[in-house]
Amino acid sequence: MKPKHQRLLLAVVAVFALIGAGLIAAAALREEASYFYTPTTLASANVAPGKVIRLGGMVQKGSIVRAPDGVSITFTVQDKDKTQKVAFRGITPDLFVEGSGVVADGRLGPDGIFIADSLLAKHDENYVPKELADIDMTSAEHTKDTLSK
Amino acid sequence: MMAEAGLAALWLAAAMALLQLVGGMTLLRGGAGQLVPLIKPAAYVQGALCAFAFLALMWLFYVTDLSVLLVASNSHIDKPLIFKLAGTWGNHEGSMLLWVSVLSVSGAAIALLEKRIESKTLNATLAVQAFIALGFFAFLLFASNPFERLVPAPVEGNGLNPLLQDVGLAFHPPTLYFGYVGLSIAFSFAVGALLTNQVGPAFARAMRPWVLAAWIFLTIGITAGSYWAYYELGWGGWWFWDPVENASLLPWLAATALLHSVSVLATRNALRAWTIMLALVAFAMSMAGTFLVRSGILTSVHAFAVDPERGAFILALMLIYTSLAFVIFALRIGSVKQGEPFQLISREGGIVANNIFLSVILAVVLIGTLYPLAAEAMGDKISVGPPYFNKATVPIAVLLMLALLIGPMLRWRRDDLKRLKYWLIGGAAILLCSGIAVWKFAPDVGLFPLLGIALSLALAVAAWLPLRGRKLLRTPLPIFGMVIAHFGIAVSVFGMAAESGFSSETLTALAPGESAEIAGWQVKLDDVNPVVGDNWVAIEGELQAVKNGNSFVLRPQSRQFFKPEMQTSEAALLTRWNGQLYAVIAQPDQEGDGRWQVRLWWKPFVPFIWYGGLLIAVGGIIALLGRMFRRAKKPAKSKWQTS
Repeated sequence: MKPKHQRLLLAVVAVFALIGAGLIAAAALREEASYFYTPTTLASANVAPGKVIRLGGMVQKGSIVRAPDGVSITFTVQDKDKTQKVAFRGITPDLFVEGSGVVADGRLGPDGIFIADSLLAKHDENYVPKELADIDMTSAEHTKDTLSK
Repeated sequence: MMAEAGLAALWLAAAMALLQLVGGMTLLRGGAGQLVPLIKPAAYVQGALCAFAFLALMWLFYVTDLSVLLVASNSHIDKPLIFKLAGTWGNHEGSMLLWVSVLSVSGAAIALLEKRIESKTLNATLAVQAFIALGFFAFLLFASNPFERLVPAPVEGNGLNPLLQDVGLAFHPPTLYFGYVGLSIAFSFAVGALLTNQVGPAFARAMRPWVLAAWIFLTIGITAGSYWAYYELGWGGWWFWDPVENASLLPWLAATALLHSVSVLATRNALRAWTIMLALVAFAMSMAGTFLVRSGILTSVHAFAVDPERGAFILALMLIYTSLAFVIFALRIGSVKQGEPFQLISREGGIVANNIFLSVILAVVLIGTLYPLAAEAMGDKISVGPPYFNKATVPIAVLLMLALLIGPMLRWRRDDLKRLKYWLIGGAAILLCSGIAVWKFAPDVGLFPLLGIALSLALAVAAWLPLRGRKLLRTPLPIFGMVIAHFGIAVSVFGMAAESGFSSETLTALAPGESAEIAGWQVKLDDVNPVVGDNWVAIEGELQAVKNGNSFVLRPQSRQFFKPEMQTSEAALLTRWNGQLYAVIAQPDQEGDGRWQVRLWWKPFVPFIWYGGLLIAVGGIIALLGRMFRRAKKPAKSKWQTS
C-alpha cells in the first residue's frame, strides 16, 4: 500500500466509524430516550403502555397509601388540571412527602396506573429535579381543593 | 489579609500568563523577539503564584475565616478538620482555583524538566498553556472570585453538602481535575508541535508521560467515584450513566485512545495526524467535562447553585479553545508529513482498531449526554438513561475486548495471524467453553453477562501472553505496565458481568426479630438504635447475616444532617471472597407499625470492578515509572556513545 493511500484509508475508516456511531446512537435514542410528561400532557399524549417515560408533578395531599407489605405505596401526582395514579415499590426518597414535587421514572401499566421504578423528590433549594423547576408549584397548590375528592 | 494576598497573587499570575502568550506570539511571527527568553521564567513565576493563591485559600478554610464569602457558604466551625480542608475545593470557586493552579504548576514543571524537544516547540507549548490558563484566570477573577469578602461575617457558616462529607469524595474531584489538566498539557504539546512543525517521535515522547499521568488520575478518579456512588448513594448500583459520570468517562475514553496512539508515534513514527487529532479531542472532552460539571447546566450533587453567567462563561471558553484548536489543526495538518506505513495485521493495526472502537463509544456516550441538553434548548424534555447507554456501548465494548485478545501479541509493522494460530485456537476454546459453562449454569442470564464472563476469562490469559518468550528481568517496565492494565480490564469486566447477570435483591419491611432471606443468607434485624455523630444523628439497624454457620453483623444507617438539613443513607457492606452483601435501612413511615424498610442485595464478585480499576491504574503507574526511569538513564548513555 502506498503511504499516501494509507493516510486516506485511515481517514475514511475514521469517518465511517463516526457515521456508524451516529447511526447506533440515533437508533438507540429512538427506542430508549424517555420523554418527560406531566399528568396533563400525559393525558393527551396517548403513550403506549410499557414505554419508558418520566412523570413529574406534585404529590397530591392525602393520596399516599401504603400497602401492608410495608414497601409498596400508591399515590397520585397532580399538576394544574389533571392527576395520575402512581404505584411504587421501594424505599422512598427522604423528601418524598405529600404536597411536594416528585419526578418518577417508569411506565404506564395496562390498567393506566403509572408504575415507577424510581422516584426523585425535591431536595432543597440547591437541588430541585430539573424537570420540576419550570412547574409552577403555587398553581398546583391552588388547585388541590378542586382536585382532591 | 490572606484573602487579599491570594487575590493579588492571582492577578499577578494572570499577568505572567499574558506575558508568556505575547512572548509566544512574537516567537511564531518569526521575529527574534526579546520576550521569548522570558517565557520560561514567567512560567515558573506563574506556577509559584498560583500555588501560593491556592495555599492561601486553604489557609482561610483551615482557620475558618468566615469573613470570606466562600468559606462562610461552604464551611462550618464544627466541621471535622479534614472536611474543612477538603472544603477548599469542594465548591465551585475553589475547584476552579485548583484547576488553574494545577495547570500553572504543571506549566512550570514542563519549563523546568522538559529537555527532549526543541526550545522553540517548548516555548510554543508554554504559550499555548498560558493561553488556556488566561481564560481560566479571567473566569476566576471576573465571574468566580474565591477570595470575595462577606460583610458582616456570619457566626458559624453554612456547611458542606453532607453527601460530600466523605473522605473518599474529598479526594475524588481533585483527582479528576489532575486528569483534565494533564490532558490540557498534552493538548498544549500537540498545538506547540503543530505550530512549529515538530510532529514526530520526539514530541510524542515528551507528551507521553503527561497523557499517561492524566490517564492514571482519570482511571483512579473514575474508579473511586464509582465506588463512592455505590456505597454512599445506597442504590446498589455502581455506574448510573449520570451526565457527571459521563463527564469523567468521556475524557478517559479519549485519553485511553490517545495513550495507545501516542506510543505508536513515539516508537514507530506512524499515526501522526491521528495522534494530534486525538490530543485535540481529549482536550475538548476534558473541557466538556469541566463545562458539564461546573456550568450548573446539570442538576445533581456535583453541580452547585445554578448561575447562568458562569455557565455562559465556561461555554464560551470551551467553544473558543476547541474551535481554535480545530482551526489550527485544519490549517497546519497539511504540513505534517505522512508517518511510517504499516500493514493491517500489525500492532499498529490493532491500535487503530482500539482507537476506532474507543472513539465510537466516546461518540455514542457524548451524543447521549448532550442530546437531552439540545432537546431542552428546543423545548423538549427528554432524559436519556442507562438503557440507551448500555444498549449502544456494550456491543462495541465487546468488539474492543475481542481486539484486545489479539492486538498486543502482534508485531510492529506487519505480522501474520498464522504465527498466533495456537493462541487463536486456545482463545476461541476458552471463549466457547466458558460461554457454554455459564449458559449451562444459568440459561437465562442474558447475552452480555455471558459474553462478558467469557471474554474476561480469555483476556485474563491473553493479557499475560506478551511476556511469553521474554526474559522477565530484561523486560522493560512499560511492557509489565501494559500487561497488568490489560489484566485489570479482564478483572473489572468479570466483576461487571457477574454483578449485572447474577445479583439478587430483596426489599422488605422487618420488625426487630424478623428476618429475610437472600442468596442463601439468612438476615435478621436484631435491633434499631439511635446514633449521634459530629454533625448528624442517625438510626442504625443491627442486622445479623448468617450463611453456612458463619455469622456477621451489618450496621446500615439512615443519617439526618443539620447543616444543611439533609438525609443520607449509609449502606452496610459485608465483603466475602465471592461478592458483597449490601444492606440499606430506611426511616419508618409516619404511621409506622414498628417495621423498618430493609433493602438487601447479594452482588457476586462486585468488588472485582474496582480491583480491576485499581490494577489498570497500577499498570499505568508502572509504565510511567518505567518511562521516567529510562529517561533518567538515557542522557548518560548518549554521552557515552558520542565521546
